[in-house]
Amino acid sequence: MNTFLRVMTASAVMAMAGLVGQVMAATELVVVSWGGAYTASQQNAYHAPYMKRNSGIKIINDDSAGSAVAKLRAMSQAGNTTWDLVDAVASDAMMLCDEGLVDEIDHNRVLASAPDGTSATDDFGDFIVSPCFIPQIVYSTTFGYRKDKVSRPMTSVCDVFDLVNFPGKRSLEKKPINNMEWALICDGVAPAKVYDVLGTDAGVTRALAKLDTIKSNVVWWTAGAQTPQLLADGEVIVGSTYNGRLFALIEEQKQPVAMLWDWQVFDLDGWVVPSGGKNKAEVMKYLRFATDTQRLADQAKFISYGPTRASSAPLVGKHASLGIEMAPHMPTDPENAKTTLLFNYEFWADNRDDLDAKFNAWLLK
Amino acid sequence: MGNTNNSEAYVSFQNVQKTYDGESFVIKNLNLDAERGEFITMLGPSGSGKTTCLLMLAGFETATYGEIILDGTSINNVPPHKRNIGMVFQNYALFPHLTVNENLAFPLQVRKVEKYEIEKKVRNALEMVQLGEYGSRRPMQLSGGQQQRVAVARALVFEPKIVLMDEPLGALDKQLREQMQYEIKELHEKLEVTVVYVTHDQSEALTMSNRIAVFDDGIIQQLAPPNVLYESPENAFVAQFIGENNTLSGKVIAINKEICTVEVGENETLRALAVNIEGIGSDTMISLRPERVVVNPENGSYPNIVSAEVIELIYLGDHIRSRMKVCGHDDFIVKIPNSAHHAQLKPGNTVKVGWLAEDARALDAPA
Amino acid sequence: MEQSPDKNILVTADGIPLKTSLARAQRRSKFVAFMMVFPLLFFIMIGFIVPIVDMLFLSIDNSIVNRILPNTVESLKNWDPYANELPDEAVYASMVDDIKKAKKAREHTKIGTRLNYESSGFASLFRKAGRKVQKIDKPPYKEALIKTDKRWADIYTWQVIKQNSSDLTDGYYLAAFDFTRKFTNGKVEPLPEKDSIYIKLFFRTLLLSTLITFLTFVIGFPVSYMLANVPTRISNILIIFVLLPFWTSLLVRTTSWIALLQQEGVINDFLILIGIISEDGRLAMIHNATGTVIAMTHILLPFMILPLFSVMKTIPKSYLRAAISLGAHPWVAFWRIYFPNTGPGIGAGSILVFILAIGYYITPALVGGSSGTFISNRIAYHISNSLNWGLGSSIGVILLVIVLFLFILYDRIIGIKNMKLG
Repeated sequence: MNTFLRVMTASAVMAMAGLVGQVMAATELVVVSWGGAYTASQQNAYHAPYMKRNSGIKIINDDSAGSAVAKLRAMSQAGNTTWDLVDAVASDAMMLCDEGLVDEIDHNRVLASAPDGTSATDDFGDFIVSPCFIPQIVYSTTFGYRKDKVSRPMTSVCDVFDLVNFPGKRSLEKKPINNMEWALICDGVAPAKVYDVLGTDAGVTRALAKLDTIKSNVVWWTAGAQTPQLLADGEVIVGSTYNGRLFALIEEQKQPVAMLWDWQVFDLDGWVVPSGGKNKAEVMKYLRFATDTQRLADQAKFISYGPTRASSAPLVGKHASLGIEMAPHMPTDPENAKTTLLFNYEFWADNRDDLDAKFNAWLLK
Repeated sequence: MGNTNNSEAYVSFQNVQKTYDGESFVIKNLNLDAERGEFITMLGPSGSGKTTCLLMLAGFETATYGEIILDGTSINNVPPHKRNIGMVFQNYALFPHLTVNENLAFPLQVRKVEKYEIEKKVRNALEMVQLGEYGSRRPMQLSGGQQQRVAVARALVFEPKIVLMDEPLGALDKQLREQMQYEIKELHEKLEVTVVYVTHDQSEALTMSNRIAVFDDGIIQQLAPPNVLYESPENAFVAQFIGENNTLSGKVIAINKEICTVEVGENETLRALAVNIEGIGSDTMISLRPERVVVNPENGSYPNIVSAEVIELIYLGDHIRSRMKVCGHDDFIVKIPNSAHHAQLKPGNTVKVGWLAEDARALDAPA
Repeated sequence: MEQSPDKNILVTADGIPLKTSLARAQRRSKFVAFMMVFPLLFFIMIGFIVPIVDMLFLSIDNSIVNRILPNTVESLKNWDPYANELPDEAVYASMVDDIKKAKKAREHTKIGTRLNYESSGFASLFRKAGRKVQKIDKPPYKEALIKTDKRWADIYTWQVIKQNSSDLTDGYYLAAFDFTRKFTNGKVEPLPEKDSIYIKLFFRTLLLSTLITFLTFVIGFPVSYMLANVPTRISNILIIFVLLPFWTSLLVRTTSWIALLQQEGVINDFLILIGIISEDGRLAMIHNATGTVIAMTHILLPFMILPLFSVMKTIPKSYLRAAISLGAHPWVAFWRIYFPNTGPGIGAGSILVFILAIGYYITPALVGGSSGTFISNRIAYHISNSLNWGLGSSIGVILLVIVLFLFILYDRIIGIKNMKLG
């Protein structure tokens, strides 16, 4: 497919070049992403404008980000890396970085500063979770609730644990991650201390005891599409899922659902540069453009995921087809991001196996 | 109606009609009586209704109209398992998961017979069919003939009022079939049990039966003992179906008491017994058994003498079978006994053949 | 053919032993026969034998520690893990050396991931060590390493490494049976009841699979009987309805059950409409064991019906008629004559459904909630999420052993030759 696309686009480019009477060698960059609406948003916000400005560059989309880790390992072993840039979630980026399959980046040298002169590292802040990782979007795991099935709006994540004022079923992911944090926060643990507490046996017991209070009212989900469906069917009154799915449910499908952003958990998606890539200089130029303040803000016109630069937030405009203001729907919007957790990669890398076993043992009781 | 007053009837079909689809009859109007201890055979081509008759008697099919009487009582509304009728199926229907003993014990167990009684009866039944040592085998471990005997023993072991057999020897080879015919006949005579037997094999029917009911097209064409059926068929179907038969079709031109004169082919006239004809001028079919024809008879010794052309000769040991052309029919068969002075024929010869008027039966002309 | 003079063997006319001649004559046809089955043999090897052997190997393989930390494993041989003393300087020196090499090969996080399955924290310990160990270039290595992370001064850390330094491990099997080997004293102990998972899941899987098998039998038997006893023209059409689920995606079928069974779903709405339950009494029929049983009974039903149907078709109708004519009530005839003859079909259908059921994971994951998930869901989790293939494989091997055991049991009681797959 990849070769086929290349041949097709290359011949198309050649034909066009012949038409205008100029022949020039186009540099092709193979960019690997997730496909669908997400790749489309990148095409619209980054690739198309960049190619317009740089006629010598041809960007080719490859939709195999889902198996990127395995494929990069194979390419590295074969000594023939054909990818130039890969879109990866933060935890994969960290693993690839540890295994040396992607390059470390000097963020301040490669990436543009904010319009006001703030350096890239300061503008991206904590989102640079690995030296190899160039943050792109923030997505969050958060709650949506049925406006028509609650007596008053839900405003706190602890309302999920409140069966008295908000009776009914709730859907949670069938994993300890996020649920344990929310349980501890609602059990009175200071948010800054959550991982210290969760790192102890007593803390785990405490989190599970809190989850126990709603256990019989929980529908556990395993796929991101389940909560929107459960909400639409009225099976649950509130449920957690990825914020983009809830945006589609509320704004595109017009379901009577509202967002509950309190203590949403941020996770990141961004670029990594494969170590053996052949067009690194061009890739760096592209990255400088594609991750600048305006471009990150532009992507939000096409998909409801937040830009990772602090300086991009004020520039977020209207949705390209729905025509609604996107800023209020961004997880990073100041109004929504009053209380947030950032997915704690280090903690979960260490504790996932153990807590998952304990969580599943608890589920069986 | 019909035969209700026949005090000897043990099994009686009275005006029985049967249809499956409501549009055509499988059984048109059946009246049949069988005496106690009789071996009665329903013979006919497939689709003639004989098996349907048997299934109605067994209770697996219901009569659309009419009554079936067994031993003085109507069994129309008696469910099959309460009729006390033994049945032998074409594929034997021995239960493969049970041993021979268990197969035989089954009808006794469901009748709640005492255990020691069952053992005794099963043993006796097996000895009766000479399978005394095979009791602990499974049906699959027996030969076809042995399975057949087990099936017969099972149908008899509970001393049913009547035993039905639905082409029971159909799956056996010729030699075994003949032996089993003899064995079943012997059992029947010994036990004096009433048997209703269904077959499409006429020689089987002739060998075994007290009386044979010839079925065709949903009705009984003739019901008679084997010798009567063979010697005196009442219609063209029976004549043709039972045994070998020469047919000469023609027109009745004169009737003199029992003998009629029939014009056959090109101005040839023959004399035949008027059995089933409508009158002068009607079409008829003369039926004549091949063994009743004499080759080269003395002039005047037979009322019917015609010339015949020998077409084909087949040597069969005890007799020679000759196909001849007679009165325009080239399928006229003559059986010449292989006696000391029999006629020496060759194909192409023209000879005279003759027969008695009583041996030629003028029957209905089939459409 | 003649008798050879010296030996008492038969030879052909030209004196070649008869057996040799025969073998030669058959060689070609044997070769052709082999070539015809070769694609299947090859496919079975690649698709079945190799993965099973690989799974067996993965479930006991522990060579990664020895491979990435060879010097440390060597120098730990003289260290007594239960003497309550930290290893000596030589061990620390080997560790520093091993981590430096592993860092160069970018493998230090792999050893961290492996040991993290045994004890939380090793993932970060080795990642951190990989970052800082380059700066340690001279003795004393012990203090320098402890300076990077104080966990290196914990005897427990070294007990875990020592415990896992052999090439083979029984640890995955212990874990799969809810046992653990205490690193502090090397003793095998059962996990506390509140932490046990796998034994409960094994029992639940076997129990629910048995129930599902029974239900497919109860529902499938009358259907098969009807299919086998209607005219072929009709049964051919009805068989299509039986097979219809096979032509629908598993996810579609499963989600249809969600729409039917959920609390705001079609069945609950209907029961309220006809007044059997009240609005508050909506039944919870999904996201629990009930949901798993209902959905899987439906999905696996064809695997019961088809063998039953094919066996019933071969049972002559005359068996029932014979039994009835012999005086048995139709029910007695059915139970004592017809039913025993369907045994091979029941056996084959039950084994098929049961084995498929204990291996199912997509449907239980979607409709099973927490009380209707199976052991296979944990296998799937370890294979694709936690990437703890060793544990996933050991559970898989145990499941395989259970299936083989049940198969042998079946053979002993009923006999495998009495099974008819169609």
